[in-house]
Amino acid sequence: MATEILMPALSPTMEEGTLAKWLVKEGDTVSSGDIMAEIETDKATMEFEAVDEGIVGKILVAEGTEGVKVNTPIAILVEEGEEVGDVAPSAPADAGNEAAPAGGSEAPAAAPAAAAAPAAPQVDLTPDWPEGTAMKQQTVREALRDAMAEEMRGNEDVYLMGEEVAEYQGAYKVSQGLLDEFGSKRVIDTPITEHGFAGIAVGAAFGGLRPIVEFMTFNFAMQAIDQIINSAAKTLYMSGGQMGAPMVFRGPNGAAARVGAQHSQDYAAWYMQIPGLKVAMPYSASDAKGLLKSAIRDDNPVIFLENEILYGRSFDVPDLEDFTVPFGKARIWREGTDVTIVSFGIGMQYALEAADKLAEEGISAEVIDLRTLRPMDTPAIINSVMKTNRLVTVEEGWPQGSVGSYISSVVMQEAFDYLDAPVITCTGKDVPMPYAANLEKHALVTTDEVIAAVKQVTYR
Amino acid sequence: MAARKSTKKPNVSAQELTKFYREMLLIRRFEEKAGQLYGMGLIGGFCHLYIGQEAVVVGLEAAAEEGDKRITSYRDHGHMLACGMDPGGVMAELTGREGGLSKGKGGSMHMFSKEKHFYGGHGIVGAQVPLGAGLAFADKYKENGRVTFAYFGDGAANQGQIYETFNMAALWDLPVIFVIENNQYAMGTAQKRSTSTPDIYTRGEAFGIPGEAVDGMDVLAVKEASEKATAHCRAGKGPYILEVKTYRYRGHSMSDPAKYRTREEVQKMREERDAIEHVRHMLLDGKHATEDDLKAIDKEIKDIVNAAADFAKESPEPSLDELWTDIYA
Repeated sequence: MATEILMPALSPTMEEGTLAKWLVKEGDTVSSGDIMAEIETDKATMEFEAVDEGIVGKILVAEGTEGVKVNTPIAILVEEGEEVGDVAPSAPADAGNEAAPAGGSEAPAAAPAAAAAPAAPQVDLTPDWPEGTAMKQQTVREALRDAMAEEMRGNEDVYLMGEEVAEYQGAYKVSQGLLDEFGSKRVIDTPITEHGFAGIAVGAAFGGLRPIVEFMTFNFAMQAIDQIINSAAKTLYMSGGQMGAPMVFRGPNGAAARVGAQHSQDYAAWYMQIPGLKVAMPYSASDAKGLLKSAIRDDNPVIFLENEILYGRSFDVPDLEDFTVPFGKARIWREGTDVTIVSFGIGMQYALEAADKLAEEGISAEVIDLRTLRPMDTPAIINSVMKTNRLVTVEEGWPQGSVGSYISSVVMQEAFDYLDAPVITCTGKDVPMPYAANLEKHALVTTDEVIAAVKQVTYR
Repeated sequence: MAARKSTKKPNVSAQELTKFYREMLLIRRFEEKAGQLYGMGLIGGFCHLYIGQEAVVVGLEAAAEEGDKRITSYRDHGHMLACGMDPGGVMAELTGREGGLSKGKGGSMHMFSKEKHFYGGHGIVGAQVPLGAGLAFADKYKENGRVTFAYFGDGAANQGQIYETFNMAALWDLPVIFVIENNQYAMGTAQKRSTSTPDIYTRGEAFGIPGEAVDGMDVLAVKEASEKATAHCRAGKGPYILEVKTYRYRGHSMSDPAKYRTREEVQKMREERDAIEHVRHMLLDGKHATEDDLKAIDKEIKDIVNAAADFAKESPEPSLDELWTDIYA
């Protein structure tokens, strides 16, 4: 059967082109791979190869013709002893026009946005532990270590890798004692090669393990961010659900003290943006423990943002055998009626201090700790704003594209009628972190700024 | 060192030789069809064809055992067919249809098969190399005797993460074979313009990783090298590097006019070194097959490829619900 040769698309965007030159003539025999013609696109001149063998029966478009639309028949290929007239109207042309998934030709379905807009959102207010549970004092550092140790005891596939996690016992002593208990097979010192070991860990997760990757700080994870986002976060989707990366990337994030611009950045807003990642940023020791245990059990890649300054801070931790905190559930630290203050991680320190001082002045602030930024418990925020009608967010990160600006947009879209004042986002200053003590203090968000913001939204 | 050539009297049966012929031909015909469907607008975006390099993956796979893993870059259709993935599923992924291996959500560069231990299909140059070492890390952790084939090109060989990975793979004795498919051009940049030393396999020396160059247009040479490398890895001796010298006949991707090399250069490789022709001659000269036998195989392959193309055209586009699935496990 004679077949039509169609004008090919030679680039992702080509719609038409110039048939610059025929390199075969009628009567020539061609076989697969032979160059038949040169075709000029807007970008380049391309060679066009035969994909079938046969005899060039007829050339339909003369060389030099401009504006030849993709899929126009340009020649007819016949078999030995066949006539050009035998041509079967080639299915391809039709298929090409009908079935080509034309971008944008179909109206997209109404996008299920991050959250619908219920008048009164469902909020999970169950406590994290049963009433009457015995408590013990623990530092955030100890809580993190216990979480890892407990999960490693429970699952052989969980292992820890990172710089100085084993013999040095952790650059910040978070992995203290783990090498002794689990041995060098499961607690692994890596060379200082974040890009490489993050990639190896993602591969190990594809291969069935559940790695915990410690970055000495998240500043260094910028070297590895391609593997975190392009490999860990996107593979489940790109594989149609066949395989993903059940793993945790953890380490200190944000400003420590006097370490300058390259070691003092808050990545909360960066990672929060990525579908496929989950992001936790605990403040208290109980949340550090309960969330890290949940993170290690989660079948998705989790970014776990800790804080060096909080490592040594002590909190009550429930003395339970298997204590976990679910993702996507905010914690209300303090109930109030006049204003909602939303924060997470070390920002909670400023939020809680501000609330204490405001109480002395007769302003009742409700303080919400998001605990996880993806998923984010926006219903808890909306619910609170419906009561207080005012919102201030607090974080150490930069203002443009901040976590607070996202919260602000959600609240405006879903609870606009409940707002009695514009939302104020308290953030770190829009500057690289300076070294000088006085400047550094100024660059960070402060309790006083939170208090001032609250007064502004409450018109005091 | 000269590239490894197959030994004079290669240890290969007529049956295995026929199998190689069939597998390489399947890749070539599949890729030609993919090029055709691309020209018809049925395949979009980037599409990198493997034509010319068929002997590399077919030779490597000849030494693979059940459970061994493989991972590669975006020039991945050949690898998928060689490890037994369904041609219809691959082609339907290229056309972005529901019947594709990733339900149409991955495309040419991002395909996977848990069943066949194929871990992608990765679009970021070099990123698959630490991932491949990670797969080997998992196998070593589980002490299951498996090896991983981590493929990358001469272009990727200049990425820093490759050397971070070499270091850790050697340090931890990971059972991974680094397969450098040196097709001589990183997109449009010839190797000599991008790479300081001509023999990439020697770069393992700095890390204590043995390596060798292999004639990638000779499937038997590749098979021999693969047997040696897999035995090395399975014996617990750590990683191995194979630099397989090959050649791609087509452009880097469909939209590459390939002006950085002469038509004569391509034609010379096709005429003198074609890997499929090489096996074809061995079959005929050794009287292992007749012209008719090979014609029958050609026909059989053509039917498989046509069936794959039909499936890929007929499979519907994914339902819009698919937009929102597989983001979280």
